[in-house]
Amino acid sequence: MVGIRKVEYGKKQVLSTSDAIAYAVKLCEPKVTAVYPITPQTWIAEKITELINNGEMDSELILVESEHSACSAVLGAAATGVRTFSATSSQGLALMNEVLHVMSGMRLPTVFAIASRALSSPINIWADHSDLMNSRDTSWIQLFCESAQEAHDTIIQAYKISEKVLLPVFVVVDGYTLSHVYEPVIIETRSKVKSFIGEYKPTHAYLDPKKPMTQGPISYPSDYMDFKLEQQIAMNNALNVIKDVNRKFKIKFGRNYGNGLIDENVKSKRVIIAMGSACTTLRELERVYKKTNYEFSLIKIKSFRPFPKKELLRALSDATEIAVIDRAMSYGNAGPLFIEVSSALGEAGLKKKINNFIVGLGGREARLKDFEFIIKNIGKKSYWVNVNEGKNISFRMV
Amino acid sequence: MNKKTIMGLPREEFFVSGSRNCAGCGFPSIIRIVTKAAGKNTIIVNATGCMEVVSTPYPQTAWKLPWVHAAFENAAAVASGVEAALKKLGKNTNVIVFGGDGGTYDIGLQALSGMVERGHNVLYICYDNEAYENTGIQRSSSTPKFSWTTTTPIGKKIRGKKQWKKPISQIMASHGMSYVATASPHLHIDLFNKVKKALSIKGPKFIRVISPCVIGWKIPSNKTIEIEELAVETGVFPIYEVLEGELKINYKPKKLKPVKEYLMMQGRFKHLNEKEIRVIQERVKKHWEHLLKLEKMGRIYDVIL
Repeated sequence: MVGIRKVEYGKKQVLSTSDAIAYAVKLCEPKVTAVYPITPQTWIAEKITELINNGEMDSELILVESEHSACSAVLGAAATGVRTFSATSSQGLALMNEVLHVMSGMRLPTVFAIASRALSSPINIWADHSDLMNSRDTSWIQLFCESAQEAHDTIIQAYKISEKVLLPVFVVVDGYTLSHVYEPVIIETRSKVKSFIGEYKPTHAYLDPKKPMTQGPISYPSDYMDFKLEQQIAMNNALNVIKDVNRKFKIKFGRNYGNGLIDENVKSKRVIIAMGSACTTLRELERVYKKTNYEFSLIKIKSFRPFPKKELLRALSDATEIAVIDRAMSYGNAGPLFIEVSSALGEAGLKKKINNFIVGLGGREARLKDFEFIIKNIGKKSYWVNVNEGKNISFRMV
Repeated sequence: MNKKTIMGLPREEFFVSGSRNCAGCGFPSIIRIVTKAAGKNTIIVNATGCMEVVSTPYPQTAWKLPWVHAAFENAAAVASGVEAALKKLGKNTNVIVFGGDGGTYDIGLQALSGMVERGHNVLYICYDNEAYENTGIQRSSSTPKFSWTTTTPIGKKIRGKKQWKKPISQIMASHGMSYVATASPHLHIDLFNKVKKALSIKGPKFIRVISPCVIGWKIPSNKTIEIEELAVETGVFPIYEVLEGELKINYKPKKLKPVKEYLMMQGRFKHLNEKEIRVIQERVKKHWEHLLKLEKMGRIYDVIL
């Protein structure tokens, strides 16, 4: 027996976010789990292998020789017709990239936990969202979490969402700043989770000699684009499914995360839009700056893909000044989230003062004074924050 | 097992007519013999390549077995996942991978090595046509020395491929796996029996089958089987198996024919001069003698670690 700390199901206890994720995965009972070590995802894989080796979790474990094979093994198992899981970060997610496209195109559901991390080079193991933004167009749903509880709950939600819309899902936690943080978290019970997500019994894709099916054929120009249209339709459906699952989750478990897509309660004309663990800090500052000259409202984007355009525009209808915080950069233009928000506003014909802050790449600290700088400069110039020895460098200067 | 003639093979077909192979393509006969040996309770995993392209033009398929294709380099990893899922579902279904030499020797070698090291119960079959034929006959690490391909053209300075063919079967056997074999469709009963034998063994298995490409090898489409036979009779493609680390040559020609006979039938070797042919002849002779020596040594591949 490995020395394993007993968790109490259905009760609140202090756990790392990685453990909270691992226990959620255990409760969802994937039949096949394939993982490869990469920092800072490893805590999740280690906990899951511990649970499996202790007989607490019943899943066929494949300890593969690369992330490319992790994703491929998951694909093979999902194509056979079972529920699956994997977890990765950074270069691992980049290495999977080819198979990510294949898997979503084959409409195979799965859930991957991503402890987000910067991409090389220079090599760096700390948090930012570059790895997820690099996977933006893979047709995987991306759900960003900001707490251990949200990560635990979102894994459970993600299986239900994925198996309904037949697209794979990333559940994202910021590497270290969330994945390695200990927080009070309620670990749910097996019976409640089981009755919430049910069994995975695919009718569209499985490998069974009794009913032979050809999966992953070649498609000529006469058909390829129609398959791709189906993926976009599935993503559109996901907008409603995510909201619906979040609503049902609230009824069953008593917790929800905004409407599942975005979390906002916009009262101010000044708005900050962000994703991931920074939202916890910003929510606190929202309270601090309330009724001051710098009052602002936070919009947390939870679902980056599908992007909740309609919900975002509704939340921004009275806003006059908007700041978008990005933990990634689309080099040669701006932060990816900023581009998304600008595109939504532009398409709707809305003219607002909007600017972009590039923050915390490769684990660069976002200090209190950096957040203060952002809050005081909403809707003004765009900046790289806390660079070149603590300075803020405007986009125009770069 | 041990069906004496082709008439004794099961009549049921799992790879049906109408697939878009070139006339004279080597691998349809491989698929037919392999799937006849494996039977209905089988799942096929296919690497990207000619086989996948010609057999599944959506919405058509030539496969009457459950079949899955994901990408070029990951067929063995996909098969690992299929096998793991079957284990959890309590199903005892054969899992067979088909990969070309590019997907096996080169881009898929890591995934294949990983699958074997982990011990998945999968039969991996490499149809070896000695080049990237699907993309237009480019050189792979399986391409023979001096061979013409579109990336090893016959120039004034460099004449064809510079390197020898990678010894993939030895590399696989060195993993310490239970069964490694080579086969040729012209020895159909041997191939049939090898598949039967492989599937009776639990764990990873590897069979490499010669698969002439009429376009890449520049041969007439009615000469495929003849070329296979000559490859074996000249010793260019020896037929052997490594069972539990013990090598056995399954077919020994009374006297090896000169390699020139095999080479001169193919456009990809038309440029060879006498000296180059001699170099190949010496290498083939050495390889054959090496195999005869290995055969006498008993268990040779299970002593590692």
